[in-house]
Amino acid sequence: MIARRETLLWAVQRATAVVLAFCVLVHLATIIYAVRTGLSASAILGRTQGSFAWGAFYGVFVIAVAVHAALGMRVIAAEWLRMKGPVAEIFAAGFAVLLAAMGLRAVMAVVAA
Amino acid sequence: MGDRAAVPGSSTTGAGPARANLRVSVWRGGAAGDYQSFEVPRQPSQTVLDVVTYIQRELDPTLAYRFACRVGMCGSCAMTVNGKARWTCRTHVDKVAADGALELRPLANLPVVRDLVADMREFFDKWARARGQFAPKTTREQPFARIDPRSRQRREADAAIECIGCGVCYASCDVVTWNRDYLGPAALNRAWTLVNDPRDGAQRQRLEAVATDAGCHACHTMMTCTELCPKNLSPTRSIAGLKRASLRLLLGGGGE
Repeated sequence: MIARRETLLWAVQRATAVVLAFCVLVHLATIIYAVRTGLSASAILGRTQGSFAWGAFYGVFVIAVAVHAALGMRVIAAEWLRMKGPVAEIFAAGFAVLLAAMGLRAVMAVVAA
Repeated sequence: MGDRAAVPGSSTTGAGPARANLRVSVWRGGAAGDYQSFEVPRQPSQTVLDVVTYIQRELDPTLAYRFACRVGMCGSCAMTVNGKARWTCRTHVDKVAADGALELRPLANLPVVRDLVADMREFFDKWARARGQFAPKTTREQPFARIDPRSRQRREADAAIECIGCGVCYASCDVVTWNRDYLGPAALNRAWTLVNDPRDGAQRQRLEAVATDAGCHACHTMMTCTELCPKNLSPTRSIAGLKRASLRLLLGGGGE
């Protein structure tokens, strides 16, 4: 059913937008804190390595980015790059996997003990 | 005002200082064609429709254009005026041709029949595809439905019901340009008025018809339709309502 699927994807994009709004604020606050207190790279790694909380936070952030951006990319692919239905879907799915893989790799790099 | 303006070329009204003629570029031909230039005398309170009528009556009787009421009721005279879709009958030349030049094209996003006439068929076919028809639940044998004028549904329908189908929003919508299947602001606005009609019995079918990637979920909320609607309606608001209604249907709340 097209209507169910499209409505679900719209709702998922809305929901991930809410998650992103929260994550971006925390991320910005973290950056400002790290810069203003002059934390060194090793000091930052000392706090993130082995931390479940930072791993979970940035893991959720990355997944939300991958899903949200890919849903937007699906429409851009159809409307601007003139891709037909399934081609745009595959393109968007590939984009989601790429973003998730790159993001989760970066998260692993700072969190893995 | 309309009567005086409807007699182009007759300089009956108070003259004032003579003004330079309008330079008017008019689209001639079909999908392929070119602009033709005309010089049209300025008149007080002159509308763009007056200009087109003057050209057709005095300069070139082969010019094709469409109008009916001349007073902003029928929605048939919309064209692209200096790049924007407008009702020509309610657009004063002074407001849009500050430098004395007008460029007139048929409405965008629609096939061109000839000159300034756009083919409105796909525009209205999409109203039908969006299930813009009222589907009564009862027959004439049953008593009248009672709708509280203060109810939320009645007020939502009221806010969207005055559309006269001129196609200005459809011609101005970028999503229509990018996605030829998109139902467009007017058809979705019509569907929203029926979603808010408790007498209608096709709610589920209507929401399933509009909640697609060629329906309400294709809208990017750019609001060009809302900015340019000559009736000051907000199709964007109606489309947002359809998105919420489709989510309620998905979550099992039903279409009622």
